[in-house]
Amino acid sequence: MTEREILTTSGQEIVFVLVGLVVLGAAVLCVTTRQLVHAALWLVVALGGLAVEYLLLTAEFVAWVQVLIYLGSVVVLLLFGLMLTRAPIGPSPDVDSGNRRVALAVALASAATLVTLVVDAFRTTWIDLETPHGESAALGDSLFRAWVLPFEALSVLLLAALVGAIALSRARADRADGQADERGAR
Amino acid sequence: MHLVYPAVLAALLFCVGIYGVLARRNAILVLMSVELMLAAVSLNLVAFDVWLRDEVHTGQVFTLFLIALAAAEIGVGLAIVLLVHRNRATSAVDQLRALADRDEEEPEGAASRETTTT
Repeated sequence: MTEREILTTSGQEIVFVLVGLVVLGAAVLCVTTRQLVHAALWLVVALGGLAVEYLLLTAEFVAWVQVLIYLGSVVVLLLFGLMLTRAPIGPSPDVDSGNRRVALAVALASAATLVTLVVDAFRTTWIDLETPHGESAALGDSLFRAWVLPFEALSVLLLAALVGAIALSRARADRADGQADERGAR
Repeated sequence: MHLVYPAVLAALLFCVGIYGVLARRNAILVLMSVELMLAAVSLNLVAFDVWLRDEVHTGQVFTLFLIALAAAEIGVGLAIVLLVHRNRATSAVDQLRALADRDEEEPEGAASRETTTT
């Protein structure tokens, strides 16, 4: 009976699998491409596909937050980082370190373990997608009722990260002055 | 929808991230692979939250927190990478060996260690 239920797929499952293949392909290209800027753009495809998956799972608020923050700011920050570290345009030969084979072995072994475990554990489990779970109103309600303290703590953490990033970027100016003074003294 | 589809997709995405973290040399590409791993975890959180129909939406709220944490991590991480690139003129993670546990046969490391111990 389980076999039969697995074989009868709904339209949502087909779309989910197709978008999932796109996400996986983009992720693999992101970690294997030799062009640094292309890696960031493949990351955009992978994370955008994940937003579509969230929509298919009826988690619309998370999907739009994903689009806004991941695609909107994180990838732009990554691209800025690539440009500021003078990433070469075009293929660069030394993007992969020497332990590529070990990394491939570890990734394949963990993939086999995880997929076997997950398939075995959730073979007979179904998600009910008829009633959506994750609209903005309900999610905001629980976010600002049940989770308001972690939310505020998270805002303090974001402030700390911002201050830390600014402090790290400013450290250079003081150090440069110090070096200049040393050189002048010499 | 069968729960296996999102769970397997998240597992495979996580393993792609593991490969990227281990195999990449550029620090920013390592950060990108970490993002892939975080995205896999958040897909798991959303799928299990929708499956369990949690009253207070724990999984989805955790996903929102995770996205904010990833933004903070990228901010600080990129600041560190840029600082290293300015000081050392490289962003390859396997060339940053100032804190490495050096072998005895390496002449420069041994000499400097002797001078520091004496």
